[in-house]
Amino acid sequence: MGLVESGKLPKPLTKLLNISRKYSMWVYQWGLACCAIEMGAAFGSPRYDVMRLGVIPFPASPRQADLVVVSGTVTDKMAPVIRRLYEQMPEPKYVISMGSCANCGGPYWDSYSVTKGVDQIIPVDVYVPGCPPRPEALLEGIVLLQEMVANEDMAAKWKGDPLVVD
Amino acid sequence: MTAISERQQRAYIASQAADMRVNVELETEGMTLNIGPQHPATHGTLRIIVKLDGELVVAADPVPGYMHRGYEKLTEVRTYPQVNTLINRIDWLGSFANEVPFILAAEQLMDVEAPPRAQWIRTLLFELSRIANVTLFLGDMAVQLGAVTPVFYAFRDREYVLNLIESATGGRFHPNFDRIGGIKDDLPKGWIAETKQVMVKVNAFCDELEALLLGNEIFNVRTRGIGVIPPEVALSYGMSGANLRASGVDWDHRRDTPVGLVYDKLDWKVWTHPDGDSFARYWVRLQEVREAAKMVIQLCDGLPPGPIMAKVPRIIKVPEGEAWVATENPLGEMGYYVVSKGELVPFRVKIRSASFNNISIVPWLLRGVYVPDVITILASLYFILGDIDR
Repeated sequence: MGLVESGKLPKPLTKLLNISRKYSMWVYQWGLACCAIEMGAAFGSPRYDVMRLGVIPFPASPRQADLVVVSGTVTDKMAPVIRRLYEQMPEPKYVISMGSCANCGGPYWDSYSVTKGVDQIIPVDVYVPGCPPRPEALLEGIVLLQEMVANEDMAAKWKGDPLVVD
Repeated sequence: MTAISERQQRAYIASQAADMRVNVELETEGMTLNIGPQHPATHGTLRIIVKLDGELVVAADPVPGYMHRGYEKLTEVRTYPQVNTLINRIDWLGSFANEVPFILAAEQLMDVEAPPRAQWIRTLLFELSRIANVTLFLGDMAVQLGAVTPVFYAFRDREYVLNLIESATGGRFHPNFDRIGGIKDDLPKGWIAETKQVMVKVNAFCDELEALLLGNEIFNVRTRGIGVIPPEVALSYGMSGANLRASGVDWDHRRDTPVGLVYDKLDWKVWTHPDGDSFARYWVRLQEVREAAKMVIQLCDGLPPGPIMAKVPRIIKVPEGEAWVATENPLGEMGYYVVSKGELVPFRVKIRSASFNNISIVPWLLRGVYVPDVITILASLYFILGDIDR
């Protein structure tokens, strides 16, 4: 991908790449609390069937994933683990924060042990509100993310951001 | 015995020494395996540190606390109706069942009794949430053994039950439907008929899983005789619910101490299994879903008419006192010890949740089993992380 790094990717090629990225999102399920069950219903149940959107919920490790759905309450004890998970994912990577707890703390806004929003530790692309959100809401969030990916200029995204492999 | 030459003797000693060397080389070193905190088999974020000798577990140490949200402290700054909203999220699969013991404890303190219709609807929703909870276990247990299909069936049939709960209460997951002195609303029109149809589907689901799994050879080999808990050990660790009944202890809050719910007016049976292994725990839960479906149909038929709320002041102030109420939740005994100082908020709420006691047996139970069985045993114990850490 030398073209992408140098910022000289032609427009039609960008579009083609974006379409293929958008319909092959490997999503890592970071199930934490109640939302994990709704996420399971969205990903694993025959009624909602996320695979028709081109989302594949079976990577065995975050190192194979493009997208992570943080679903549920992030506690202070859990936060370093989530940060580590995010750092293990390869670029380009996206994060969906599912549910009120991951968005802002939710019903535990005054709790001593809950992180008030996962966006304090990792950048979030799409927030899905609800406590817990219905599976349809999560699917909507995924569709929004796909729209974002479709209109993304990969060259602009990576400009001035050298790939460091250590 | 024939005499052996010196050469033979030396060869014998050399071979013994060589044998020793091989033994030393093949000796396994201890290994520490970290399961979790995020692992599909732990139903959330339980971390278990397992020390292995070869494939044998020599010590297992659960590390709870990754889902600790500080419930007991939060209840001290929430009014009683607000606490009710919050405690839905303790055991997120059977949410309505979490509300009931707390509301019953508050009612005991206020000296209010819900009208009969409210009690029947409470019991009805309680059993529906049990079905919603345990059906997922029935499918999930098979996933831990490598069979993916049953969980699709479980999610499919669970949706029908969730639809029922949603149409009655407005909440798919967290109904927040119980009120001090009764329930929020009456049941919608046509709900009873629909419920009976869904119970037919739930029974069909149980038959389907029984046909799929209970006779399956792999399932039998991997669960029978694995993770055996003798009844006296189960009792000494404070286990409850189906885990205890699978060890042959005939004990059920619904039958023995029916506080505020109408189980004594129904015809049902407490199932026990003498084996105490993973298979027994699965079997008991399967029968419990069937019993719950049976109870729901009886509750639908016998629903008495009348009001659904007792006379309760608009602003709820609970008089001074202490109350302890425990009910048989889907996971086991769940109880609330509520201390009130006569204010808008509780002074202290101690939550006794089933899963915390149920997993306290893990270090004892996992010692001496093989690595693949760790996952089976954890799945068969059936805990929910919100219920452990609170």
